[in-house]
Amino acid sequence: MTTGTGTIAPDRAGLGAGRDGFARLLRAEWTKFRTVRGWVIGMLAAALLTVLLGLLSAAGSGFSCSGPGGQACKPSAPPVGPGGEAVTDGFYFVRQPLAGDGGITVRVTSLTGLYSPNGAAPAGQGPLAGMRSGTQPWSKAGIIVKESTRQGSAYAAVMVTGSHGVRMQDDYTHDTAGRPGAVSAASPRWLRLTRSGDTLTGAESADGSHWTSLGTAHLAGLPATVQAGLFAASPDYTVTTQNFGGGSTGSGGPTLATARFDHVSLQGTWPGGAWTGDDRGGQADGNLPSAGFRQAGGGFTVSGSGDIAPALPGEGPQSKIEDGLVGAFAGLIAVIVVGAMFITAEYRRGLIRTTLAASPRRGRVLAAKAVVIGSVAFVTGLAAAGVAVTLGQRIARGKGFYVFPVTSLTELRVIAGTAALLAAAAVLALGIGAVLRRSAAAVTAVIVVIALPYVLAVASVLPAGAAEWLLRLTPAAAFAVQQSTPQYPQVIGNYTPAKGYYPLAPWAGFAVLCGWAALALGLAVVLLRRRDA
Amino acid sequence: MRQALHAEWTKLRTLPGSGWLLLAAITLTVALSAAAAAAITCPPAGCGQDPAKVSLTGIQLGQAAVALLAVLTIGGEYSTGMIGVTLAAMPRRPAVLAAKAAILSGVTLAAGTIAVLGCLLAGRRILPGNGFTPAHGYQPLSLGDGPVLRAAAGSVLYLALVALLSLGAATAVRDAAVAIGVVLGLLYLFPIVAQLVPDRHWQRHLKQLGPMTAGLAIQATSNLRGLPIGPWAGLGVLAAWAAAALLTGALLLRLRDA
Repeated sequence: MTTGTGTIAPDRAGLGAGRDGFARLLRAEWTKFRTVRGWVIGMLAAALLTVLLGLLSAAGSGFSCSGPGGQACKPSAPPVGPGGEAVTDGFYFVRQPLAGDGGITVRVTSLTGLYSPNGAAPAGQGPLAGMRSGTQPWSKAGIIVKESTRQGSAYAAVMVTGSHGVRMQDDYTHDTAGRPGAVSAASPRWLRLTRSGDTLTGAESADGSHWTSLGTAHLAGLPATVQAGLFAASPDYTVTTQNFGGGSTGSGGPTLATARFDHVSLQGTWPGGAWTGDDRGGQADGNLPSAGFRQAGGGFTVSGSGDIAPALPGEGPQSKIEDGLVGAFAGLIAVIVVGAMFITAEYRRGLIRTTLAASPRRGRVLAAKAVVIGSVAFVTGLAAAGVAVTLGQRIARGKGFYVFPVTSLTELRVIAGTAALLAAAAVLALGIGAVLRRSAAAVTAVIVVIALPYVLAVASVLPAGAAEWLLRLTPAAAFAVQQSTPQYPQVIGNYTPAKGYYPLAPWAGFAVLCGWAALALGLAVVLLRRRDA
Repeated sequence: MRQALHAEWTKLRTLPGSGWLLLAAITLTVALSAAAAAAITCPPAGCGQDPAKVSLTGIQLGQAAVALLAVLTIGGEYSTGMIGVTLAAMPRRPAVLAAKAAILSGVTLAAGTIAVLGCLLAGRRILPGNGFTPAHGYQPLSLGDGPVLRAAAGSVLYLALVALLSLGAATAVRDAAVAIGVVLGLLYLFPIVAQLVPDRHWQRHLKQLGPMTAGLAIQATSNLRGLPIGPWAGLGVLAAWAAAALLTGALLLRLRDA
């Protein structure tokens, strides 16, 4: 105590004033925390467990370069899009250079597809043997303006899709819905894409005279001459099955989309004068040799497979930044034990009576405890998660894994979010500890409400629907802050909790835990005021 | 030894929390099992689910109450200083621990039996309504069925072994809160970490090693070949964990001041 000691009775000087100075309460609680060796050791253990388990998991992971069939590993680094995310950029491109401003207008009269229901085409037969007809939900064909033919370069496109109507998409992650419904000769779709500087404007029409705007895309730094034209793409057919033990696996095979275009009209300067067919990066995506285009009588037929979309982490030598945070669960348990004991130890030793005599405003005592334990847990978590994520990535890269790229903002959110998760869990443990006044019971309750829903959601017999509800309602929802790769509506994927996809947005999931912590703390304040200590 | 057993039984019986915890273990186990059974529907095409395993999901929650009871039987004595009296009255320390283990196993087996029977009853009533019908290849759960009996009896044994593991851990660390953190950490961390590590071999090894992941293999009644570890071998892994914890606890109890 250095300032303002005038109003404090001498016998209370060690614990701080109750009436004035929340800062003193904080200081008193901080002193309690740092002078109990077990609690400090507990927090250090939390940090160590987080880092060591993460590093062990990263160091223990390996992949063998010969699969079951003895085939060599494919280089599996996908191209990186303008936003820094991993993308798939494989499609059939019928293109011409477009110099300066200009545009392209087409009519689409059909979109058909082929897919293989049993994975890849049977060996030794024609590439289309055993394929059935039918489009994929996100088979797409239309017009595109692209920065260059480099994979991952910026683009904007207007397209018809298998079952999601007309869309305008740009730079892989952006997707805007247009007129719904399937395209056919009786119900064609007119599409238009216009470039003006860095701005691309998409429009659609049912009859070629009444146009509806789909939206605009801003592609910063678009060069003067871009590649523009027609395209067709069709993502792999996927089947997702839930198997024993809650895991789920996907399997699929290549597909092909074929679209018919006519009434192709070009605006602006097109110096090339002729169309070039270009199968862009399709082979890596299991493209089919029958991709190509035919031009006859002003009409075009374009067939292609692949996708122009964000890439999802899949099987194989790939790793995500949150893989380094495996140990955060162990750290979390240590933090919960310390958080609960931070209050229950006072009950056991009778110190609570001294504490409450020194500062009779009981709610503030609990608030001060929450701030201290929350801050300590946050700082511990920040250091541990920062080290674990950074070193985990380095180890994974060193072993030849492809670490899915994320923006530094996302990486910061994963690290700070993990720290905040530990802080909120510590406050929840403090609240439950104050309610139950028994360390072991409080620790059990908090571990069960955080860890068990997660275990049930990712590794049990529960179906994905029930698992997602568990991760919406229980404190385990907070693990959503660790999800680094988002779920994209325009890409079909195995978006289950077991694969690291949470039903809530990162901070929304964290807010659920905060809500529970606030509830526990509120209940604790009410009970602390009402009950004898 | 009879006196030790009698003393431990009196302590457990007269502690206000014991009865509630056993009741909680039973209720939570049956409630979660019923909820899991209600959440799972089996379409006519088949769902690859194991009805016995679904019906016994609640063990994953009930084990926490059992572990808490076990941890408190010795941790409570350390927090109140009662352990000094206990050891003064019965200087043969391993005998004290053995008596505690015996009494704890007894009550856990009794409560576990009630809980497991409740789970199976709930499963029998709920699952057929969700598509687990003979037409889809699922007979109603019955203890007359060998694998179902194994799953049911094994789940009761699982709870008793978790109690012994917890008792050993609590004796070793002498603090109920830390001990329950360690025990629940051991139980719940293995399935979580096994899910998160990318390497398939490690996943398999972790599931074979973890006391919960291995021990709960006893609940499987079909597709045994697909399991990382067989039912009885899995329960054996949990028994090894429990034995190791109890031995460590007994050794430390003997060597240390109380």
